[in-house]
Amino acid sequence: MVGLLLPFLPLLLWSVSHRWYFPAIIPTEWSWRAWGYVFGTNSQVLPALGYSLIIALATTLVSIIIGIPAGRAMGLYRFRGQSVVRFLILAPIIVPPLAVAMGIHIVFIRYGLANTLPGVVLVHLIPVTPYVVLIMASVFANYNPEYEAQARSLGAGPGQVFRYIALPAILPGIIVSGLFAFIISWSEYLLTLLIGGGQVITLPLLLFSFANSGDNALTAALSLIFIGPAIIFLVLTSRYLTGRHAAVGGMGRL
Amino acid sequence: MTRVDLQRLTKIYPGGDAPAVHQLSLTIPTGRVTALLGPSGCGKTTALKMVAGLIKPNEGDILFDGESVLGTPPEKREAVMAFQHHLLFPHMSVGENIGFGLKMRGVSRATIRQQVADMLALVRLPGLEARRPHQLSGGQQQRVALARALIVEPKVLLLDEPLSNLDAHLRGEMRELILDVQQRFNLTTIFVTHDQEEAVVLADQIALLFEGQLQQYGPPHVFYDRPLSERVARFFGGVNFIPGHKRGEQIETPLGLFQCQAAPLSDGTVLMTIRPENIRLDSNGADTNVAQGRVNSSVYMGTHARFKILAENGADRPPIMLEVVTPAAGVNRFTVGQTVKLHLPPDKIWLVPVER
Repeated sequence: MVGLLLPFLPLLLWSVSHRWYFPAIIPTEWSWRAWGYVFGTNSQVLPALGYSLIIALATTLVSIIIGIPAGRAMGLYRFRGQSVVRFLILAPIIVPPLAVAMGIHIVFIRYGLANTLPGVVLVHLIPVTPYVVLIMASVFANYNPEYEAQARSLGAGPGQVFRYIALPAILPGIIVSGLFAFIISWSEYLLTLLIGGGQVITLPLLLFSFANSGDNALTAALSLIFIGPAIIFLVLTSRYLTGRHAAVGGMGRL
Repeated sequence: MTRVDLQRLTKIYPGGDAPAVHQLSLTIPTGRVTALLGPSGCGKTTALKMVAGLIKPNEGDILFDGESVLGTPPEKREAVMAFQHHLLFPHMSVGENIGFGLKMRGVSRATIRQQVADMLALVRLPGLEARRPHQLSGGQQQRVALARALIVEPKVLLLDEPLSNLDAHLRGEMRELILDVQQRFNLTTIFVTHDQEEAVVLADQIALLFEGQLQQYGPPHVFYDRPLSERVARFFGGVNFIPGHKRGEQIETPLGLFQCQAAPLSDGTVLMTIRPENIRLDSNGADTNVAQGRVNSSVYMGTHARFKILAENGADRPPIMLEVVTPAAGVNRFTVGQTVKLHLPPDKIWLVPVER
């Protein structure tokens, strides 16, 4: 755990430094300026944090709602044209996002989705959904649907079967794919910039502009805020990534 | 106490060239144990799942006490199926598994706890509520699966290969348990098996299926005494088939002329069959229904002895290999190469049609 947090020490030092030039090992002058700006009344950081959270959580939720039935179809059944469908699901990862986003932008403008929060969520689904579907498909590949038939026969209705049989079985997969979805959406820059059109400002957008301006203290402070939620999610879900409850095999224990 | 009628039940899987179940009509008596028997892939599990409501038939009807249940979903059908690999839910304890059906029906926790305890006692596993399924042995898991099905008091109990995953000594135990609870609740029970011995020891009635089609339906002994075809006879261990020509109560065969009493077929070409245990090698007195033969091989089986005997009737006729089972002592009386007389008692001879 210490090893995991060690890389963030320089960021922490940068964020509270005022003067830090080579060859000093620690900053020569200290300042709370960066943090003061971040939590200041005119700060753009907190609204951006809010936008980022809302977008990432909404994207995660929608992608899982899509991913469960799609993953079930891909993992559990064999049907004609399955390899074509598999390719189409993977296509958004293969095709450069810029090429897609330009076309989508025009469509979104027509439907009034450009420069809006729902528009950004929709466009984030493009890179996120393939990962969620792939993970859910691998979960369903090891899933025995006979358990559902057994539960039906014992008196469970379709809703009860999902609640008591399917959901507990696929929960590790939902959590892992949710983590992927959250992190991909959380760190998305290009698509947010294009579709958000400067109206929807998320943390990565701020981060890039601060990094561009060369203010190291502010960039470091923002980076820490940016990394925070991802770390929290990772820690919360780590028991599903490794060990006995792992949704994805072959990863061992952290 | 429910009578189950299957009427011209047919199931064709999409992409399958032949129907999995074809025009299956059966009346399954109330409060009895009926076996659906057949080799793997004969459609018996499909038929069972149709009764459970888990597979919709393409044609035909299923009646419980004269009323169609085709429109009833599986959870309301009260025909509970216990699957082949017992399928205990791995994320639930033994108690939660057994109580699952009651929980789905909205029964109160206290009642469930009480009934689960009663059920565990019934299947002779008292006090194991808190265990996880993977902590149980195969035989214990099978009994938990049975308890889980019984607790909802089904009208019809459906079992898929209930004994197949068990060791020989557990089979007997499980068999007794199934018959015990079946009689206690007077349950109409249908089970599926590929093992004719399992069907014989457990069932009151056997329905034999080949390739989705009903071959013969009746109590176990008719499959030994009166099989309807050579395939049915072979499935139940029949090995002796002698081609012949039937005229009245006489059959002319390469081994000579034989008398038979049971004669359900019309005159013409037939196959004469007799079970190995019904041929007698010590035919001192008898002079009819007798064939000549030479012992070809013998195997001592502990409780009995099994011989292969080459029977012939003159050099111009082809010899026929017959198998004979005698009491164990026979192995000392008849040695390989010895000439013997085979007596085929008329009342033990059965005729099946020649298959084209």
